[in-house]
Amino acid sequence: MRAALEVCKDLDVALLTKVYPSRSHSGAAQGGIAASLGNSEDDSWEEHMFDTIKGGDYLSDQDAVEEYVKAAPNVIYELEHMGCIFSRTPDGKIAQRSFGGHSRPRACFSADRTGHAILHALHEQVMKHSRSIKVYSEWFMHSLVIEDQQCRGVVVSDVRTGAVEVIQAKAVVFATGGYGRAFQITTNAFASTADGVLAAFNSGIPLEDAEFVQFHPSGLYRQGILFSEAARGEGGYLLNGLGERFMEKYAPERMELAPRDIVARAEQSEIDAGRGVNGEDFIHLDLRHLGEARIMERLPQIRQLGIDFISVDCAKDPLPIQPTAHYSMGGIPTDKFGAVVVDAKGTRLNGFFAAGECACVSVHGANRLGTNSLLDAVVFGQRAGRSALEYAKNVASPSVNESREKTRVLSVFEDIFQREGSESYNDIRNEMKNIMTHNCGVFRDAEHLTQCIEKIQSLQVRYKKGKVTDKGRLFNTELYEIIELGNMLKMAEIISFAALARKESRGGHFRSDFPKRNDVDFLHHSLVYPTEGDGLELKTKPVVITRHQPAERTY
Amino acid sequence: MATFRIKRYNPEKQPEPYYEDFDLDIPKGATLLDCINLIKWTKDGSLSYRMSCRSAICGSCGMKANGHALLACQRQADSLLDKDGTVTIEPLGNMKPIKDLVVDFKPFWDKVNKVQPYLQTSAEAPVGKERTQSPEQFRLIDDTSTCIMCGNCYSDCNTLEVDDNFLGPAALAKAQRFVCDSRDEKTLERVTELSKPGGIWDCTHCAECVERCPKPAQPFHRIKEIMTVALEEGVHNNNGARHALSFTRSVKASGRLNENQLPVESMGYFNIKGLLELVPVGLRMLLKGKIPPIFHKSIDDVKDVKRIYKELNQ
Repeated sequence: MRAALEVCKDLDVALLTKVYPSRSHSGAAQGGIAASLGNSEDDSWEEHMFDTIKGGDYLSDQDAVEEYVKAAPNVIYELEHMGCIFSRTPDGKIAQRSFGGHSRPRACFSADRTGHAILHALHEQVMKHSRSIKVYSEWFMHSLVIEDQQCRGVVVSDVRTGAVEVIQAKAVVFATGGYGRAFQITTNAFASTADGVLAAFNSGIPLEDAEFVQFHPSGLYRQGILFSEAARGEGGYLLNGLGERFMEKYAPERMELAPRDIVARAEQSEIDAGRGVNGEDFIHLDLRHLGEARIMERLPQIRQLGIDFISVDCAKDPLPIQPTAHYSMGGIPTDKFGAVVVDAKGTRLNGFFAAGECACVSVHGANRLGTNSLLDAVVFGQRAGRSALEYAKNVASPSVNESREKTRVLSVFEDIFQREGSESYNDIRNEMKNIMTHNCGVFRDAEHLTQCIEKIQSLQVRYKKGKVTDKGRLFNTELYEIIELGNMLKMAEIISFAALARKESRGGHFRSDFPKRNDVDFLHHSLVYPTEGDGLELKTKPVVITRHQPAERTY
Repeated sequence: MATFRIKRYNPEKQPEPYYEDFDLDIPKGATLLDCINLIKWTKDGSLSYRMSCRSAICGSCGMKANGHALLACQRQADSLLDKDGTVTIEPLGNMKPIKDLVVDFKPFWDKVNKVQPYLQTSAEAPVGKERTQSPEQFRLIDDTSTCIMCGNCYSDCNTLEVDDNFLGPAALAKAQRFVCDSRDEKTLERVTELSKPGGIWDCTHCAECVERCPKPAQPFHRIKEIMTVALEEGVHNNNGARHALSFTRSVKASGRLNENQLPVESMGYFNIKGLLELVPVGLRMLLKGKIPPIFHKSIDDVKDVKRIYKELNQ
């Protein structure tokens, strides 16, 4: 939506979503959006830049990070001017609080529903500009149309009627989110299923740094539902089964506010060592000492989630939590202007842009800091929109052979409808999620990753023999879930393929068999390309280092 | 074993909706959405409904359980079972069903669009900084900004059931978000527009939307806040405002409602057409012997009532 608002200044936009604009998963972001406003303590873009690079374990492209953190204050002010609601300081400025890995209180927030506030503010602007932005809600994007090395549009279908259409466009911007749904325990919405990144991949575009998946330290036990890092930002403790604040052992200085990869590993280590609560797979997030008033002011939604989902009132009892797949640092490679690039040299694919979680700029490197993702979505949403606008103004309208493009998607539908198999898609989906969480999760090693790839490939075979019950056209959500599952099975393979190849530990990717970072061999981005016959090929891309040479990372 | 009695509808197959029972062992701690997913994934893949975040923030999975709208992801399934271990699931109300539990949200969004749901200012925004807003001013729009547009209030709104023209609770709550935003400069224009037929004064105050709202947004409270602003801004030239003011005056003066005066004052003394419309109603009431006493009397302790008004600075 941020990109659309940029483009609509001069051109017409079709905004396509498989849900409704206000139901996108950005709305689930709770804790905040980072910017060095310095509203509660002195701060600078330089410090924000260093924190982001260190947090990303030196895999971030530093030229992009620099522009990103410099742009931060202004995009926050723009959001505020649009009407976005922020919590305020006593003198009326945007309030800011502490967050993991940030050395200053830098998270601008709207209680504990910051993503929701931003999403709705942007949606309000989209409604305001309805003359130039036409919204297609509940349309599913199947594939990109690429002709003569130029992106010419997308092939889509109307969930309500099943009708397949081609949207021809001078430029296409993807903001299609992540793929946490490939994991059993995840904060992600059911909609976060890799549709966008796979559409790019299927067009021959590589995926960058796919092995870097962030596991958030505070997912509700068994469900994975997000309990914001803001809970720790406000002073919450993490306690193991012995009642110890175990972060003392792992990050004595920053304690609970170390970056997410470190806290998630610490939790998993405690759990694996049998020091989970009652020896089970969870530890405690303790907020009781904050008091009910503070919780109600700063963390009301979290409290309600605990009450609704597990009948635990965090003002009275600790919350059971465990690491949960949360964010994809990797994605469709773009340059710092939001244009999609297809190789290590930065060659653009004309007419195709991407922003947010589906894209990999890369500003987050090997691990994203909390509150940097909303910022990513807004900064690069704006930039991708601007780039798309500039590009589209100077390019002729496409004339795509629509029937050929439609036929391709219709044949996918027919293929699924015709399958007379006996395999349950539900079983396949559950097995995939289970395999990924246990073999490609917080801790990884060669043996488990090799098994993981084999198992995922066997699931891909079984997937082709699945059993369909709904062969109608009308609001056939089963059909779309099957397509999404197909996307996730491929994505799961790509993640584990890249994870197996990276024989080091860096940020969110931890190899038990290679527990140290190895800058000599692996200080590079990975690019996974599709090859003939459904294979995968790995190439690398250098990391851009400007101001900060890689150094040891301690907290 | 629990029974999920689900209202099914697929016009591709048969024109009439019907109920289908699914038996399911509810896993420990499962939400209603978890159970419906299990039914779809293990029993009948053709069951259609919307869902996404499963943490009560996206607003997709609104549906009716036992006649009342709720978010399926937000409620433990076993808490919804009746004595026989059954829960009845139906699509949201006041919107046209498309298939099974999926309804057409178009009128809902059309009405949200009608309230100009975006900040309107005339002054240029300050360069390189935020507009200020005090924590107190933030609190005036804090609750309303929690709305997730799930449509549960719209579904169970009693006014909408009989009056399609009513904007409905969600759109009005969205309107309050701007009416009470210290940064918005169109307050008077907004409350004038919202005081027209279909707006705030058409709400019947049943507060069903407060019961159904899964968030602190609670539309009816927001509607009352708009009413207060409308009266403060002097937007009195409509039946609703006149009704409220007449009501207040009558109780203040006598401690009880003057039921003869109220309809006349609500219509407005110079609204000849409106007053004529009251005549047949009045005649029917007369014939049935339901005309209130012609001479309006005060209650004995009217002084106490006046003291309450004084306490409230009215």
